[in-house]
Amino acid sequence: MSRIARRFAELKKQNRAGFVAFITAGDPNLETSFEILKDLPAAGADVIELGMPFTDPMADGPAIQLSSLRALKAGHTMAKTLDLVRRFRTHDQTTPIVLMGYYNPIYSYGGQKFCKDASTAGIDGLIIVDLSPEEDPELRPHAKAAGLDIIRLATPTTDAKRLPAVLDGASGFLYYVSITGVTGSKDIDPISVAKALKPLKAATSLPVAVGFGIKSEADAKAVAQTADAAVVGSALVAEISRFVGKDGKLSPGAPEAVLSLVRRLAASAHGARN
Amino acid sequence: MSQLKPNSYKTGPDANGHFGLYGGRYVAETLMPLILDLERAYNEAKADPSFQAELDDFLEHYVGRPSPLYFAERLTEHFGGPKIYFKRDELNHTGAHKINNCMGQILLARRMGKTRIIAETGAGQHGVATATVAARFGLPCVVYMGEDDIKRQSPNVFRMRLLGAEVRPVSSGSRTLKDAMNEALRDWVSNVENTFYIIGTVAGPHPYPALVRDFQSVIGKEARAQMLAREGRLPDAAIACIGGGSNAMGLFYPFLDDPDVALYGVEAAGHGIETGQHAASLAGGRPGVLHGNRTYLLQDADGQIIEAHSISAGLDYPGIGPEHAWLHDMKRVNYVSATDQEALDAFQLCAKQEGIIPALEPAHALAYTGKLAKQLAKDKIILMNMCGRGDKDIFTVAERFGVKL
Ligand SMILES: Cc1ncc(COP(=O)(O)O)c(C=O)c1O
Repeated sequence: MSRIARRFAELKKQNRAGFVAFITAGDPNLETSFEILKDLPAAGADVIELGMPFTDPMADGPAIQLSSLRALKAGHTMAKTLDLVRRFRTHDQTTPIVLMGYYNPIYSYGGQKFCKDASTAGIDGLIIVDLSPEEDPELRPHAKAAGLDIIRLATPTTDAKRLPAVLDGASGFLYYVSITGVTGSKDIDPISVAKALKPLKAATSLPVAVGFGIKSEADAKAVAQTADAAVVGSALVAEISRFVGKDGKLSPGAPEAVLSLVRRLAASAHGARN
Repeated sequence: MSQLKPNSYKTGPDANGHFGLYGGRYVAETLMPLILDLERAYNEAKADPSFQAELDDFLEHYVGRPSPLYFAERLTEHFGGPKIYFKRDELNHTGAHKINNCMGQILLARRMGKTRIIAETGAGQHGVATATVAARFGLPCVVYMGEDDIKRQSPNVFRMRLLGAEVRPVSSGSRTLKDAMNEALRDWVSNVENTFYIIGTVAGPHPYPALVRDFQSVIGKEARAQMLAREGRLPDAAIACIGGGSNAMGLFYPFLDDPDVALYGVEAAGHGIETGQHAASLAGGRPGVLHGNRTYLLQDADGQIIEAHSISAGLDYPGIGPEHAWLHDMKRVNYVSATDQEALDAFQLCAKQEGIIPALEPAHALAYTGKLAKQLAKDKIILMNMCGRGDKDIFTVAERFGVKL
C-alpha cells in the first residue's frame, strides 16, 4: 500500500478528516523551508503538499505567487526541491508528500527522469495544475512506473460530462477545488462544497481532499465534516510573508508562526466530526 | 531531425489541438470545460454560413477590408532589387491587424451568450481592438496590461479608456505581456460563467491558435488574390514580424502549400541574440509549456521562464504560437530576426521613403525585407505585412532620439 493510501485508510478508521498543509519548497529560503517542512507532521499535517516554484503560476493568487518568487529569488531549483524531500525522509517515512506545481519545470527536467528521481527522493504523488487529463498521457506511464500517484483536480466547472475524463487515470486522492478562482481568492461556501462532493464520492472510491478557499479554523472545520481532508496553502505562505521585510530580509520566528497556525487549523479539521 | 514532408502544411491542428509536438490544452481543470465549449461553438460557427457572412460584413464596413496591396516603389528603388509590396493592414480601423481577430472572436462570444470580455495586451493594439469591438457590441471589457507596457504605450492606454474599457495594470513578474496573459487567465478562472477571453495572438490553449489563425488568414487570402491580379503570379517571398505570431500566421497560412513562396518570420532580436536580451524564442529558446500550449520558450536550465526584451512592446513575449514552432521544425518557414536598432532604422527609412510611419513591430519585418532585397534579383517580388501603424510608437522612438514630446 502506498503512503497516501495508508494515511487515508488510517484517517477513515479513526473517522476523522485529514489536514493537508501546502508550503512552497524553498520559501523564503532553503533552510527555513526545511525547518517548517520537518515539523509539519508533528503540528498535525497528515499529508504535505510541497509547491514547486514557477515564474508564471497562472492558477495562483498573490500569496502563492509571492512565495514562489521568494523561493526563486533565493536560488531555488527543482533539484533542491527533491533534496528537501530526501532530507525530510531521514526524519519521517510515513507522512505522504505530493509535489504541486506547473508542468514546464518537470518537462524541462525530463518527465521520465523526474518521476524516477522524485520517487527515489521519497515523493508519493504529483499535482500538476496545468497538465490536463488530455495531455498527461505523456507523463502517466513514467509516474506509474515510478510508483507516483497522479492526483487530479475536480472543480465547480466539472460537470457530469467532464468528470469521467478527470477520474480516468486518477490515483492517490481526488483534489476538489472548492472555488472558481485562483488560490486564496474567494471564500469557501461549505454548503455548496458538501453538495458538490456527493456526485464525486458516488463516482470514485478515491478519498477527496478539498482546498483553494480554506483560510480559517472555521472553514477547516466546516469542510472536514464532509471531505476526507482539508487543504490549506495560501494562509500558510501568507504567514511566512509576514516575516519578510520590503527589502526581502527575513526576521526570525517564521517557522514557529507557520507551525502554530498549522496546529490550530489541523486541530479544527481533526476535531470536526466529534 | 529528419522529417518527411507532409502533403499539406495546412492540416493542423489534430483533433486534440496539436501541431506535431506543439500546441495542446495545458490549462487548469477549471478552464477545461470552457475551452471544450469554445471549440464546439467555434466548429459550429465555422459550419454556419451566416456566421461568416456577418463577419465579412463587419470586416468590410467596420474594419475597412480588403486592405490595399501597395507597391512600395521608392523603397524598391532604394534597395535596388526585387519589387516590394506592402499588405496594408495598418490601414484597418484601430491601426493594426489585431481587429481582424477581435471581430471574429466577439461575434463568437455573442453566439455563445457571453456578456463580459477580457483580454491581455502588450503594445496595446490588441487591447484597443478588443475595447473597440466590446464598445461596438455594448459589452463590458477588462484589459490586462503590464505596468511597464502601460508606461511605454500610454496613448493606447488612454484610447482603451476612451472606448470604455477598464485597463488593469499588472505588477507581477516582468510587468509585460506574459504577465498580462497570466492575469487574464486568472480572471477567466474566476469568472467562468459570463466571461469570454479574447486572446490576441496565435497562442494559448487549443482552439485559440487555430481560431486566431483562421480569423487572421483574411490577410493572406486577400494578399494572394491581389498579387495574382496585380502581377499575375505569386510573390517569391512573404515576410512578417512575430510577437506571438498572429499577423505572420495570417499572412503565411494561405501560402503554406505554395512551395515557390519562401516564407520569413522575423523575431525581435532586441539588443542582439548573443546578449541574451531579446524576444526570439525560436532562435534562443527550446520547447516548453506555458499559457496553455507547448511551444518554443525563453527559459533557463530549470524550466523557469526568462523575461523577453524588445523595443517593441508587441513583440516582447518569451513564446511563439505553436504552429510556428511546428513550421520551424518542418523548415517550411524561415525564422530570422532583427535587432532594436535595425527596426528603428527601418522605421525611419519607411517614414521618409514611403510616407508611411510603421509600427515598431512591422519595422522588424521591414528591416529583414531590406536584407533580403539585397540578395534577390530585380525580377523577384517580396510581399511584406505592414501589420500596424506607428502612431502608438512615436513616444518610444522620440525617447530613443532624446526628443521630449
Ligand atoms: C502592430 C503589431 N504587429 C505585431 C504584433 C505582434 O503580434 P503578432 O505576432 O501576434 O502579430 C502586435 C502586437 O501587439 C502589433 O501591435
